[in-house]
Amino acid sequence: MLHAINLILSFDPALYEIIWLSLGVTGLALLLSTLVGVPLGAALGLSRLRARGFITALLYTGMGLPPVVVGLFVYLMLSRSGPLGLLGWLFTPSAMVAAQIIIAFPLVAGLTMTAVQGVDPALRLQVRALGATRAQEVWAVLREARIGVIAAIVAAFGGIISEVGAVMLVGGNIEGKTRVLTTAIVLNTRTGDFDLALALGIILLALAFVANAALLRLQHRIGE
Amino acid sequence: MDGLVYRIEDLKKEYAGRTVVDIARLDVRAGEVLALVGPSGAGKSTLLRLLNFLEQPTRGRIVYRGESVNGNVPLKTRRQVTTVFQRPVLLRATARANVAYGLGLRGERGDGRIDAMLARVGLGDLAHAPAHKLSGGEMQRVALARALVVDPQVLLLDEPTANLDPYNVGLIEEIVREHNRARGTTIVLVTHNVFQAKRLARRVGLMLGGRLIEIAATKEFFDSAKDPRTAAFVRGDMVY
Repeated sequence: MLHAINLILSFDPALYEIIWLSLGVTGLALLLSTLVGVPLGAALGLSRLRARGFITALLYTGMGLPPVVVGLFVYLMLSRSGPLGLLGWLFTPSAMVAAQIIIAFPLVAGLTMTAVQGVDPALRLQVRALGATRAQEVWAVLREARIGVIAAIVAAFGGIISEVGAVMLVGGNIEGKTRVLTTAIVLNTRTGDFDLALALGIILLALAFVANAALLRLQHRIGE
Repeated sequence: MDGLVYRIEDLKKEYAGRTVVDIARLDVRAGEVLALVGPSGAGKSTLLRLLNFLEQPTRGRIVYRGESVNGNVPLKTRRQVTTVFQRPVLLRATARANVAYGLGLRGERGDGRIDAMLARVGLGDLAHAPAHKLSGGEMQRVALARALVVDPQVLLLDEPTANLDPYNVGLIEEIVREHNRARGTTIVLVTHNVFQAKRLARRVGLMLGGRLIEIAATKEFFDSAKDPRTAAFVRGDMVY
């Protein structure tokens, strides 16, 4: 453990490169998933479409997708003979972001939809009675659902920051290029460097804790 | 049509083929307090939703200030009418933010009006308290302040004091009465409580099974009802 802490405090550039790449890949995937997933989840939560049940079932299935299956799918899509092979993304951070979006998006959209559906239906009638336009009514519902929406983002963050199967497959765990915290932990465990693996594990947990604490603090503040 | 806020003609509202409101004619006069009494399921709340343009009639028409308003009701017209419902539905925000909400929708700030209204409903000290942590009576007072601060021409009250303690009932009735006198706001009150109707209203109507059985000046309604069902309801007999 001490060795692990020393390693963290050594400011080893290689170590910090892994940390930044982890944060960059997960942060970008989370941002894009949120930008698309929150509006879609809100629209589904507010709509009375006949197809809503089918779309909900798809989203809920997506929430339970095994990351390694996602990794395999993205791998096949991006491989040289795959339909998106021309992009040349395989074994790059772009492929890792794409895989993490597929994991995070159903979580963000599905849980946002649930949060919106959980808003008291009488609220819509009340704000209309106060003179709200349709857009103001939708905005009021979204504001009321905001704690649940943040919970959706927290859940998605937790799902992808700790994920290893997909990024290992599509990133390849290439040193200095696609190696992130989770894949580095797997590698160092396999090679018997348990101190380094443990240090990386502590960093991963600390990052997850700090990010979740910040999101929960935001959730608490807006919930007051 | 002078002096009338609403004229209802052959109004019918059905849900899944079941008629819940069926009123041949009802006039609501400008500046009056009209109480509609009747048992649960009489169609009183549905009628209020129709008067607030929150629902479309199945048949018939509603004339608001001389204009037939069936179909798409202009926003300007909609914003002249508001409702305080039996269960206060407040936003997850402070009491003050809730009171400010209706003004915000209209692009107005009205800080002075908000603070004065909070003080009027006895919540000046709780202005910055989270609304969802207030008591039931305080929440209903926030809902009333939120409705009154936009200075509606018509205020619809749907059982606004049901389940409240006598202090809150008295305070809410006093504020409603005062607002009606000071601002000339037309008020339609739906209540199970015939005593509340007697205290507040100038005219009272009885609704049963979606129909308006009788409507009369308050004294006449209570002392010399024409319909035996009205007389029975006023006596406290079971009428349904």
